[in-house]
Amino acid sequence: MFLKAQLFAGLMAVTLPFVAAPVPAQASNEVKIGVVLTYSGGAAQFGEQIDRGMALYMETNPEAFGGHSVTLIKRDSKRPGGDIAKNAVQELITEEDVDILAGFVFSPNAMASAPLATQGEVPMIIMNAGTAWIPSLSPYIARVSFTMWHAGYPLGQYAANTLGCQTAAVGYTDYPPGKDSRNAFQTGFESAGGSLIDDIPMGGPREVPDFTPFFQRVKDAAPDCFYVFVPAGNHATAVIKTFASLGMADAGIRLIGPGDITQDTKLQDMGDDAVGLITMHHYAADYQNPENQAFVAAWKAAYGEDSTPDFMAVGGWDGMAAIASAIVAQDGDVTAEGTMAALRGWEFDSPRGHIMIDPETRDIVMDSNVHEVVRRDDGRLGIDVLATVPQVADPCKALAIGRCGE
Amino acid sequence: MPGFVTAAVSIFFDGLAYAMLLFVISVGLSVTMGLMGFVNLAHGAFAMAGGYVTVAAMNMLGVPFIPALVLAFVIVAIISIPLERLLYAPLYKAGELDQVLMSIGIIFMAIAGVTLIFGPNPPAIVLPDFLKGQVDLGFKTFPTYRFFMIIVGIVMVVVLWLGFERTIIGAKIRAAVDNRQMAQAVGIDVDKLFILTFAMGSGLAAIGGGLAIDIVGISPTFAFNYLVLFLIVVSVGGLGSLRGAFLAAIVLGVIDTAGKYIWPEGGAFFIYVVTVAVLLVRPNGFFGKGETE
Repeated sequence: MFLKAQLFAGLMAVTLPFVAAPVPAQASNEVKIGVVLTYSGGAAQFGEQIDRGMALYMETNPEAFGGHSVTLIKRDSKRPGGDIAKNAVQELITEEDVDILAGFVFSPNAMASAPLATQGEVPMIIMNAGTAWIPSLSPYIARVSFTMWHAGYPLGQYAANTLGCQTAAVGYTDYPPGKDSRNAFQTGFESAGGSLIDDIPMGGPREVPDFTPFFQRVKDAAPDCFYVFVPAGNHATAVIKTFASLGMADAGIRLIGPGDITQDTKLQDMGDDAVGLITMHHYAADYQNPENQAFVAAWKAAYGEDSTPDFMAVGGWDGMAAIASAIVAQDGDVTAEGTMAALRGWEFDSPRGHIMIDPETRDIVMDSNVHEVVRRDDGRLGIDVLATVPQVADPCKALAIGRCGE
Repeated sequence: MPGFVTAAVSIFFDGLAYAMLLFVISVGLSVTMGLMGFVNLAHGAFAMAGGYVTVAAMNMLGVPFIPALVLAFVIVAIISIPLERLLYAPLYKAGELDQVLMSIGIIFMAIAGVTLIFGPNPPAIVLPDFLKGQVDLGFKTFPTYRFFMIIVGIVMVVVLWLGFERTIIGAKIRAAVDNRQMAQAVGIDVDKLFILTFAMGSGLAAIGGGLAIDIVGISPTFAFNYLVLFLIVVSVGGLGSLRGAFLAAIVLGVIDTAGKYIWPEGGAFFIYVVTVAVLLVRPNGFFGKGETE
C-alpha cells in the first residue's frame, strides 16, 4: 500500500472549498460555522446524510435562529485518517475565522482536530464520531450523536439477560471506535454474567475486507452470540452477506451489534438475510414519535420519496438545533464560552426521542432501543423496537473505564 | 472432529476460493509482463471494468449471472484492444517510469469515470439461487458460491494450460516469453501475439472482477486497493509463468486466509513475510525466467 499512500499524498493537495448560501434572515449578526464532513469517496454517503440533516433543520426551522444569519463553510475530510480533517480545521480557524466547528464523521478526524479547537478556542459540535473519550480531548467539544457505549454496553447486558447468550465472540473493525465498541460490549456482557470467548480485529475502516476467514473462525468457535462492530455503510452490507453465506444462523449463532449494521440507508439492500437481526441503537427511520414522523416526511419531500434519513442525518439535524439554541441564548453575539455554557444541559425533542447534553461530560444522554429487523406487509424491511433503556448517559464515563476515567 | 482439523479444512477451502480469484485476475498481468516487459499497473482497472459490466448487465438488462460474466469477458477484451494499440504500444520501448506513470494515469481515469457513472459505493448483485446457501460435505458445510469459484478457477487453469502447452499459439507465446528476439527472428509476429494475450488477459481479469463482486466487492478504487496483491502474485510466481501464477495464488491465498483465521491481529503481515522469503530465495519467483543467483 506504499505506492497508494504516495499517490494519495499528491492528490490531497487538491481540496475543493464548498461554500453554502447563508440562511436568508433579517440578520443582525452573522455566525460562521465550519463544517468538516466526508464529501467525496466511499464515505461521501455519510457526509451527505449529515449535510442534508443540517440543511433540512435550517430550512424547516428558520425561526429557530432568532433572526441571526448562519453561514456554513464546508470542507471535505475525505477519509478516516485525521490528517485531512486537521488541515481543514486549521484553515477554518485561522483563515475563515469560524465561530463554531461542526460535523466529524470518523473518530480519528475528531481526535486529530480536538487540540486545534482547544488552542483556537472554537466550540466543536460532534455530529457522528462515536469513540467514547472524544469530549475529554478538549473542553470545547460537545457531542450530539452517540458514543459506542450507548449501544455496546446495554446490548451486552441484553444479550446475556434476555437473548440468553452465555458465550459471545466479538469482531470489530480495527480503529478507535471499533476497540471502544468491543470494550463496551465486553463490559456490559461480562457484568451480566456472560463470557467472551473470542475477540477478532477485522481489518481497517477504509476498505471492506473479505470477512470470511474471520467469520469462519467464529463459526468454528460456536459462541451463542456474535457481536460485530463495523463502520456503517459498505462494511455492514458485507457483514450481513458473509454471515448468511456461511450459514452461521443455522449453526446456532446469533448476530448482534450496534445499529450501524442495520443502517436505514442500507437496510433494503440486505434482503431476507437481515430479517430477525437484533441490534441496539438510538434511531431508526421507522420510529413512530411525532417529531420523527415530521422529520421523515420533510426529508422525503426534500430529497425524494426513495431516500431515507438515518442516524447520521439525525446527528446533523440535532447538531443544528443545538447550534441554533446556543446562538439564540447569546442573542447572536457568539463566544466560545457562551456557546459551551448554552450547550451544557441543552435539552431537545429529537426525531430519536428526548435528548440532553450532559453538563458534566458534554456528551449526549438519550434512550437506547433494542431493534429487530422485520419484513413489513408491503414487502419492505422495517425496524421494530422491542425494548428501551431510558436516558443512557455514556456508561464508559459513568464507570470511568480506561481513557474515559481520565 | 478435532478443532484443528476443522480449522485446517476451513482455511484450506476459503484460501483456495480466494486463490482462484487472485489467479484469474493476475494471470493476464503475469503473461503480458513476461511477454513485453510492460509494467501495466492498470491491469486491475480491467478487472474493475469487468465487475461493473457484470453489475450493469445484471441490474439494468436482467442478464443472468453466468452469461453476464461471459459478457464481461467479451466486452472488456474487445475494449482492451484499441487501448493497447493507442496507449500501450507507443510505450513498449519507453522506460519503466513512463510505463508506470501512464498506467497509473489510466487507473485514475478509470476511478473518475466509474465514479461518475456508478457513484463511489460498491454496487450489489443478487446471485442466482443455485449459488446461494451452503454445500453440506457431511462433516462441514461450505458456501456454495466459493465452491463455484474453485470450480471456475480449476476449469480456467485446465483451459489455459491446454492453450499454452498444446496449441501453436501457446507455443509461440512461450517462445516469445523465453526469448523475444529469437522468436521474432524465426518469424513469430510478437506484436500480434501480444495484442491477443493482452485482450485475453484483460478478459480474464474482467471475469475475476465479476467473481469478486460477491467476495470482496468492487468499487471505483478496486484497481488501487488490490494492485499490490496482484503484483505480489506475479512476482512470487515469476513473470510470464502460468503455473507460477497458479502456485503463487494458492500459496498466498491460503497463507492470507490462515493468517486472518489464526492470528487476526497480524492482519496482512503473513502475505508480506511469504513474499519476502520467496523472493530472497528465488529472486525471479517460483518459475520466473532468467538466472537465479
